[in-house]
Amino acid sequence: MPSERTLKLATIGTLAGIFSGIFGVGGGTVIVPLLIFWFGYGERLATGTSLGAIVLIGLLGAIAQGGFYGNVHVGTGLLLAIPAVLGVVMGTAIQQRIPQRAVSLLFAVLLVGVAIELIVK
Amino acid sequence: MSTDVLFAALIAVAGGLAGGLVGVGGGVLFVPALTIFIGLSQVEGESTSLLMIVIVALVGAARQNAYGNLNLRDALVIGALSPLGVLIGVIVANEVPQRALELSFAALVLFVAYGLVRRAWRAPDQAGQGRRETE
Repeated sequence: MPSERTLKLATIGTLAGIFSGIFGVGGGTVIVPLLIFWFGYGERLATGTSLGAIVLIGLLGAIAQGGFYGNVHVGTGLLLAIPAVLGVVMGTAIQQRIPQRAVSLLFAVLLVGVAIELIVK
Repeated sequence: MSTDVLFAALIAVAGGLAGGLVGVGGGVLFVPALTIFIGLSQVEGESTSLLMIVIVALVGAARQNAYGNLNLRDALVIGALSPLGVLIGVIVANEVPQRALELSFAALVLFVAYGLVRRAWRAPDQAGQGRRETE
C-alpha cells in the first residue's frame, strides 16, 4: 500500500488535473495552496515544487495538443519563451528576497483575479 | 519588430515573473499574449502556451532547486497523477453545466485566498534566503 503521504500527493495531482481539464487553468492554482495547507510547506518550497510538477503536466498536454492535433506553433512558442524565461529567472530571484507571507498574499491576489474572471466571463 | 510582438514579449515577461513569484505556469497571461497580439486562435493559443509553460516551469524549477526550494519526488508524484484528473475534469466539464462549475470554483478559490491571507497575517515574518522548511 502506498503511504498516506503518497496518497495525498496523488490527490493533489488528480485535483490539479481535474481543474485544468475543466477550466484550462494551470495546476499551480491548486497545487501551491494544497502543499501549504496539507503538508505545511513553506511558500518557497510549495511554489518551487509546483513548478516541478507543472513541467510534467504541461509536457503531457503539449505532447497531446502538438502530437495529436498539431495546434502548437513551435516557432512562436520558442520565441516568446525567451522573454518568459527572463521573467521567471527574475521572479524566482525576487521571491528569495521577500518574506514568505508576501508570497502568500501575492498568491491570494492571483486567486481573487481568477475568481473575478470566472464570475464575469 | 512590430508593436504587437513587443507587447506579446512584455506580457510574456510578466507571465514568467508571476510564475517565478507564485509558482504557477503563467498560462493566464501567455494565452492572451498569443491570441490578442500574435493572432492565434484560442485552441492554438492554449496549446502553444503549454509549450511556453513547460520551458518556463523547467527553468523556474531548476532555479528553485538551486535555492533549495524543490522537492523533486513530490513534484513527480503530483505531475504523474494529473492526467487521470484531466480525464475526469473533461468528463465533468461535459456533464455539469459550465456556469455552475465556474461559480463553485470561484467560491472555492476565494475561500482558499481567505485562508492564505489569514495564515499570512498570523505567521511570523520568515524573511531571508530560501531554505527547505519541510522534507
